[in-house]
Amino acid sequence: MQTKVENNKAWFLVMPVFLIVAFSAIIPLMTVVNYSVQDIFDPYTRYFVGTEWFKQVILDSRLHDALLRQFIYSFTILIIEVPLGICVALMMPTKGRGASLALILVAIPLLIPWNVVGTIWQIFGRADIGLFGAFMSYIGVEYNYASNPIDAWLTVVLMDVWHWTPLVALLCYSGLRAIPEVYYQAARIDQASRWAVFRYIQLPKLTNVLIIGVLLRFMDSFMIYTEPFVLTGGGPGSSTTFLSQSLVQQAIGQFDLGPAAAFSLVYFLIILLVCWVFYTTIMNMQKDK
Amino acid sequence: MASITLNALAHTYTENPTSPEDYAIREMTHVWEQGGAFALLGPSGCGKSTLLNIISGLLEPSKGEVLFDGKRVNELKPEERNIAQVFQFPVVYDTMTVYDNLAFPLRNIGVPEYKVKSKVHEVAEILELSDQLKRKAKGLSADQKQKVSMGRGLVRDNVSAILFDEPLTVIDPQLKWKLRRKLKQIHEQFNITMVYVTHDQLEASTFADKIAVMYNGQIVQFGTPRELFENPAHTFVGYFIGSPGMNFFEAKLQTELNNGANGQIVFGEHVIATNDAMLNRLKAMGASKVTLGIRPEFVHVWDGKNDDAFPVEVDYVEDLGTYKILSFLFHGQVMKARLSEDQQIPSGQVYVSFPEQWTKVYVDDYLVDLSVSAIDKETDHAN
Repeated sequence: MQTKVENNKAWFLVMPVFLIVAFSAIIPLMTVVNYSVQDIFDPYTRYFVGTEWFKQVILDSRLHDALLRQFIYSFTILIIEVPLGICVALMMPTKGRGASLALILVAIPLLIPWNVVGTIWQIFGRADIGLFGAFMSYIGVEYNYASNPIDAWLTVVLMDVWHWTPLVALLCYSGLRAIPEVYYQAARIDQASRWAVFRYIQLPKLTNVLIIGVLLRFMDSFMIYTEPFVLTGGGPGSSTTFLSQSLVQQAIGQFDLGPAAAFSLVYFLIILLVCWVFYTTIMNMQKDK
Repeated sequence: MASITLNALAHTYTENPTSPEDYAIREMTHVWEQGGAFALLGPSGCGKSTLLNIISGLLEPSKGEVLFDGKRVNELKPEERNIAQVFQFPVVYDTMTVYDNLAFPLRNIGVPEYKVKSKVHEVAEILELSDQLKRKAKGLSADQKQKVSMGRGLVRDNVSAILFDEPLTVIDPQLKWKLRRKLKQIHEQFNITMVYVTHDQLEASTFADKIAVMYNGQIVQFGTPRELFENPAHTFVGYFIGSPGMNFFEAKLQTELNNGANGQIVFGEHVIATNDAMLNRLKAMGASKVTLGIRPEFVHVWDGKNDDAFPVEVDYVEDLGTYKILSFLFHGQVMKARLSEDQQIPSGQVYVSFPEQWTKVYVDDYLVDLSVSAIDKETDHAN
């Protein structure tokens, strides 16, 4: 019998994955880490500053405001988009030509590029040439997203709801289609009300797609940049300046690479933390008692 | 509790049916009496589940009426028919506990909570689910889930009927037996009309007092397990019921005979024993070709040569432990006989005979029935 040869050659099989992950995630991230602990004047002049940038970022009151705004914003759009998406999915026809037509109509907003969405709403909301703005002034509501912070917020939220509710709706639609017909039949035999069917059959079966939907919508909305940038430029004042925009201002506007890098890392950790907490909570709730 | 009548009922899934083959249920009239335990037996795709869904109202029939206690219910939705149905695959409400699952149909009709409690505990006791009541339904095994499904059918005590659509498909064999007994007990206890759909004859005959055998969208026979066994009304019943199924062979009816006899049924050169009443009947029907059927249990295998018996060639013998199946060639046709374990079978040639009483005659797949009740029925139709 031949003796078994032991070596570590199998590691070569892991190399491609390691290289791809290194170039796609680890090396860029490490560059940011590198910036975040140094003060860089030019490629040859730099000083190690330790945690100074982090302290500065964490204590910056402008960033606190942006963070708070960001949470309120994400929370608002989630609370609107998830129930609305479920409702749309429940109302969509399931059979025949109507089903395909509804799918296409619902999916259209998802196909439009971010900055175009911003532009659309910028024009749509103008009182002089925009349908929405003109309609508001026609019915006597004073509406100006460029000067009134509340109007600006309303428009940014409305825009996101218009743009992204379809994603939640499509996810829910696919989830609903996956429920076997026999569940509905059993519910009819059990004389369940429409609400009970939703509460005890449809909603439980939608949990998984809703987790994905909520995570995607949270991450995306927490990182939102393009649409408010095109629509309001973060104004009026700084009322619609969210975290991404603060970051861009700092990194590119003021070229403060060190603090911006520290900010990026903190930003990244916040998203990771929120997603983790959310996911773990849901998973624990689902467990058999 | 109610009797269920299907009046001139037919159902098709195609929009413009042209031939009888387009119908999943061909026109039928049938009555399930109040309080009976019935089985609906047939091969896959014969229309059993369709029929069940029409009774419960999940499907609307293309033609005909469904009556509960003589009242037309076609227009009533399933939730208004007050019926219970258990499906092939267990349906449980995942997020609820077993208790809430069982309580669900009662709460939906506004039964007060103290009654719900006693009823749920009663049903859980019967189904041996009492120690599982606090568990979430999601974590249960398949057979426990199916028990919960059944339990939901049993909690309402005023249901018109309970319909079972192959409920034991997903259950392990030893539990199957137990649950079937349980259903039988429940039936005896509550005296509710129950219709049990299955493709397993053993399941049907252990559960039901009367079995409806369904074939190609029609109920071809409705009778006790014994009637189905001894007197199959249709060749399909003979073939489907019994293990192995009935032996069939095509024979000729000869009427013009030189010796002045009334006539005879022949298979090859063999004359098959029959009687005058049967011959007269066949002649009256104008039949020239008949199908003869005999159950393997009733084929008589002789120990030695016998004048009344036909010599046949032994093909092979299967020993199944408790009995033997002899396959033999009778004028080129393979037939089977069921023998006791201790009967010795010589190889080569044996002698078999077909007792007249057990040799059934079929014309166009239907039994030529000479019993008094059958003839009464015929004359009723004629009048």
